[in-house]
Amino acid sequence: MSTIFTLSILQSALELGCIYALIAIALYISFTLLNIADLSTDGCFTLGCAVGAMVTMAGHPVLALFMAMGAGVCSGFITAFLQTKMGVQSILAGIIVNTGLYTVNLAVMGFSSNINLFHCDTLFSLAKQVSENKIYRDWYELGIAALIVLAVCLILGWFLNTSSGLSIRATGDNAHMVKASSINPGRMITAGLCISGSLTALSGAILGQYQKSCDINFGTGQVTIALASLIIGNTLVRRGGMLKRVSGVVLGSCLYRFIVAIALRLNLPAEAVKLVSAVIVAAAISFPCLKEKAGFTKKKMEMRKKAAVRT
Amino acid sequence: MLSIKNISKTFHAGTVNEKTALRNVSLEMKSGDFATIVGSNGAGKSTLFHAVTGAFYVDGGQIILDGEDITFKKEHLRSRDIGHLFQDPLLGTAPHMTIEENMALAYMRVSGKHSPFGRVTKKDKTLFREKLALLDMGLEERMKNPVGLLSGGQRQALTLLMATVVTPKILLLDEHTAALDPATAEKVMKLTKDIIAERGITCLMVTHNMHQALETGNRTLMMNDGRIILDITGKERESMTVDTLLEKFREQAGTRLDNDRILLSGR
Repeated sequence: MSTIFTLSILQSALELGCIYALIAIALYISFTLLNIADLSTDGCFTLGCAVGAMVTMAGHPVLALFMAMGAGVCSGFITAFLQTKMGVQSILAGIIVNTGLYTVNLAVMGFSSNINLFHCDTLFSLAKQVSENKIYRDWYELGIAALIVLAVCLILGWFLNTSSGLSIRATGDNAHMVKASSINPGRMITAGLCISGSLTALSGAILGQYQKSCDINFGTGQVTIALASLIIGNTLVRRGGMLKRVSGVVLGSCLYRFIVAIALRLNLPAEAVKLVSAVIVAAAISFPCLKEKAGFTKKKMEMRKKAAVRT
Repeated sequence: MLSIKNISKTFHAGTVNEKTALRNVSLEMKSGDFATIVGSNGAGKSTLFHAVTGAFYVDGGQIILDGEDITFKKEHLRSRDIGHLFQDPLLGTAPHMTIEENMALAYMRVSGKHSPFGRVTKKDKTLFREKLALLDMGLEERMKNPVGLLSGGQRQALTLLMATVVTPKILLLDEHTAALDPATAEKVMKLTKDIIAERGITCLMVTHNMHQALETGNRTLMMNDGRIILDITGKERESMTVDTLLEKFREQAGTRLDNDRILLSGR
């Protein structure tokens, strides 16, 4: 077993878990809170990665994060605009934006499908220079990712309890009531999707700097992976305040990365990652249902036994 | 307070499903009026309410609330001044949010102290507790529970509280006790009457309980086929019994009152 669980696996699972947790949090807002299946995630993630990479190449790795978030807001706004003002079904709006973003992303990357950041400063290379300490050198990447996620969690934990945050949550929970409480549901959907888009893009920008590259296909399948993390997180943390719920999603994301790392460790080829993801998602989603069925079957058997004893 | 002038509404106009739900309906509600509405199925009672709340725009006519023409005002902008309770207790509250959050939503939005990043203060929470305690359902001890855990009666009582946490200019009650068990219905009805009387809220209430229609409030309206066919107040109403009311209905409408849920006796 010791060959399967090494410290470096744990470490990289946590790093990736934190970075990708931002998409899972984004889906928590759009999918769980707003009850909208926003499928623009894949394109939006690559958009954040591309914008972040270009700004990083220009020499501004920190500004890159904010620019990427700005781009994500635009993407979220267009998705929201299509469904609130143009009468496009929410699931279609996401697909349309996702498709369109492919070209936009290529354009951002100067019509090349791959760019690398090996020779420019990134958030991580800048942080690396701070200290020569061995422990610091081992853990600074996780530190940065964790700090950003922590900040996002705290801000969201605060925001989702403000008047606007409550309105966004209520919009997905009971649209009927929202209209009767003088809240403009269209505006709340727009705000929610903009936040969600900005977090997805932020995740992309951080991943680009972390891997020192950006590829037009980075985003493919991210929505499935994020959904898996989200569902694992929701299974882990079933109740509690907003901060606790959002933290649960981060936990789910780390756990998911850990499962994938172990799966790959079992000599699965790297190409199998997507299939493994799909299986994990299906398993995570069906788990509560299977558990209930198993419980029912058990109860049925017991009652039959009792009846048999009586007769 | 509320002035409805000659409004009409036809759904699915020009198709085989064409249905004229309101035909030149006019209604004048003075401030503090509490009118009950009875009528057959499909008479236009709920449609009338939806016209006032703005779920759709009327085809013709004018709706004036407290001096303001709201005929083409958007639904979510009108709702600041209008409280609306439905028969279905699930429609008025957000199930996955706590009692406190539901109250906060209703309160912060309407109370005028609404800022996008405002939060519930200690003082607000104390106010919510006091209001919830008035319901006498123990909800003040369950402020952190999701509303989805409450019973239908508790949810409807909470909805009533939320609709009136800031006094609305008009309160529309659409058979809001019809889906509750008799004891709970009576309790919610008593609460409704108390709150309305205490603050002099102008109110329209749809009911299918004929006794309730005559005993509650100060005015009774009857609707049939998209029209208000009877409007009684004062002495005439006091001397009215369920039988004479039904007789009146038959005279005016030319048919019997046809409502599969109508209650002629019991209270």
